[in-house]
Amino acid sequence: MIIEVKNMSFAYEGAPLLFDNISFSVGRGQIVCVLGPNGTGKTTLLNCLANLSIPTKGRILIDRKDTEKMSPQEVAMNIGFVPQFITPSFSYEVLDYVVTGCAPTIGTFQKPKPEHFEIAQESLKQMGILHLAHKYYNQISGGERQQVSIARALAQRPKVILMDEPTAHLDFGNQIKVLRIIKSLAAEGYGAVITTHNPDHALLLGGDVAVIHPSGEFIFGSCKDVIREDFLSSLYGVELHLCHLAEIERDICVAPSL
Amino acid sequence: MRKTIYIRTLFIMICILFIFAFFSICIGRFSSNPVDVYHAILGKLGLEPTADEGMEVVLFSIRIPRVFASMMIGAMLSLSGAVYQGVFRNPLVSPDILGVSAGASVGAASAIMIGLGIWERQGFAFLFGLLAVGLSTTISKLMRNHSNLMLVLSGIIVGGFLNSLLAIMKFVADEQTELATIVFWQMGSFAEIDMQEVVAIGPVLFLGSVLLIGLSWRINILSFGEVEAKIVGMNTKQIRGISIACASLLTASAVSICGTIGWIGLVIPHLARLAVGSDHVKMIPVSALLGAMFMLFVDTVARALLTVEIPLSILTGIIGAPCFAWLLYKQRATVS
Repeated sequence: MIIEVKNMSFAYEGAPLLFDNISFSVGRGQIVCVLGPNGTGKTTLLNCLANLSIPTKGRILIDRKDTEKMSPQEVAMNIGFVPQFITPSFSYEVLDYVVTGCAPTIGTFQKPKPEHFEIAQESLKQMGILHLAHKYYNQISGGERQQVSIARALAQRPKVILMDEPTAHLDFGNQIKVLRIIKSLAAEGYGAVITTHNPDHALLLGGDVAVIHPSGEFIFGSCKDVIREDFLSSLYGVELHLCHLAEIERDICVAPSL
Repeated sequence: MRKTIYIRTLFIMICILFIFAFFSICIGRFSSNPVDVYHAILGKLGLEPTADEGMEVVLFSIRIPRVFASMMIGAMLSLSGAVYQGVFRNPLVSPDILGVSAGASVGAASAIMIGLGIWERQGFAFLFGLLAVGLSTTISKLMRNHSNLMLVLSGIIVGGFLNSLLAIMKFVADEQTELATIVFWQMGSFAEIDMQEVVAIGPVLFLGSVLLIGLSWRINILSFGEVEAKIVGMNTKQIRGISIACASLLTASAVSICGTIGWIGLVIPHLARLAVGSDHVKMIPVSALLGAMFMLFVDTVARALLTVEIPLSILTGIIGAPCFAWLLYKQRATVS
C-alpha cells in the first residue's frame, strides 16, 4: 500500500462534517474513482490526500509514514496532483511549467539544472507531447493543458497521482484520451485517484470506486461491486440504468429518455 | 529564450549601461569632454597626476554620485515592481499602485519630522511600506474577491489614505525647516544626492537583488497560484513573505532617498517580459538593468535638457504612461 487513509474526518470551520471516519488505501497500479454529487467533498478528499487541507480527525500514511510528520517536499515527492484548472497570469513556455514539478528536489535559492529540464522533457515524452515543450502554455488547447498538467505531476516522480476532475472542460474525444492515459499510467505502476462526475468513466476505468453519499455514508469497493443501478439512482437522485452493451462488451451507465 | 542568447543579452545590456553612464557623467551644465573625464577618473584612481581640480569636484562630488544613485534607484524600483507582479500574479500592480510608495513616504516624512538621519529614514520607510502592502492585501482578502482588479482597488484605497496622511504631515510641519526638507525630498530629485546616500542604499540594493534573484524561480512557481505551489511542496507563506519584504525594502529605500518616482515599477517589468519572456529567472535581472538604464536616461534628460531641472516624476510620467498604454495594447489578449 502506498497511501493509507485511517478514520479520516473533515469539516470546514464552523460547518458540519463533510465526511466522517473514512478509511481506504491506494496501492501501486490501483485506480480509485471518487464519485459523489456536487458539494459532497470529492475535491476536499483529494486535497486532504495531497496535504493541501488538513483532516479534522484521522491520519494519512504514505508508505506507513504519517504525513503529519513529513515535510511538504517529502509528500510532494510521493504524491503528484493535477488540479482542475490553472490560469497563469503570465505566458510561460510549457517546459518552464513542467519543470516546476522538480521543485521538491531543488533547494529554495536554486534554479532547475539541465538534469531537471531533462526530467521535464522525459515527462512530456511519456505523455507524447514533447512537441509542445516550447509552446506557450496559454496558447495550447484545453486537452493539451490537461496533458501538460499530468506531465508536470509526472516530473514530481510520484508514486500516486491525484487528479481533480481531469475530464472536466474537455470535449468528448479528449475525455476518452485522458482516461486512456490514466489507464496506461496505472499499468506503469502509478496509483491514481481521480474525481469524476461521470459514473461511466468509473466503469471504463474499472478499478475501485470511493463514493461519498449525500447521506454522509462512505462506500469503498471494486467498481463491479459498488456500481449498481439502484445505488447510482439513489446517489444522484435521478433514475439511471446500467446496461450491458454486447457490441463493446461492457456495462454502460445511461439515463432513460427524458 | 536559449540560455546562451540570454547571457549574451545580459552582457550587452551591462556594457550599454556602463557606456551610457560614462556619457551621462560628461553631460551637464558644466559639460566636459569625454577624454578629459577619462583622464580625471584615472587621476582620481591615482594612475595619473590630477589635471583639473575644478572638474574633479564636479565629477566626484556631484555627477558620479548622481549617476550611481539614479541607476541604483531605477534598478530598485523595477526589481520591486517585477517581484510584486509575479508574487501577486498580477501584471497591473506596482509599488505605487499597491500603496507601498505612499506608505514609505509617510514613514520617511515622519523620520524627517522627528529629525532622524538617512538610515533611520530608510527603516521608517520600510516599516510603513510593509504596513501599506499588508493593508492592501488584507483589504482585498476581506472583500473575498481574489481578482486582479480588487487588489488594484485596495491599493488605491490604501495609497489614497496614506497620501492624505502625508498631506496632513506637511500641513503641520514647521514651515521654516521641516516642510522645505519634505517638499524637496518628495519631489523626486537626484540634485541633492551625495556619496553618503549612495552608500546608504547600496547594501539594500545588494541584499535585495541577491535574495530576489535567488528566489526568482520560486516566484515563477508562486505566479502559477497558491495550489500549484503547494502541491510541489513549497512553503508559500515563507517565500511570499520574503519576496514581499525584499520588494518593499527596495521601494522604501528608494523612496527615502528621492521621494516617489512613478511608472518605473509598473512599466519596466512589462518591457522586460516583452524582451526575454515571463520566466522570472531571466526577467528579474533584465528588469533591474532596464530600470537602471531608464532612470539614468530620464535623470540625464532632467538635468541637461533645460537650464532648470525638470522634476523626475514629470518625465517618467510623460514617457511611462504612453509606454504602458502601448504595452497594454500589445498584450491586450492576455490581460484578464
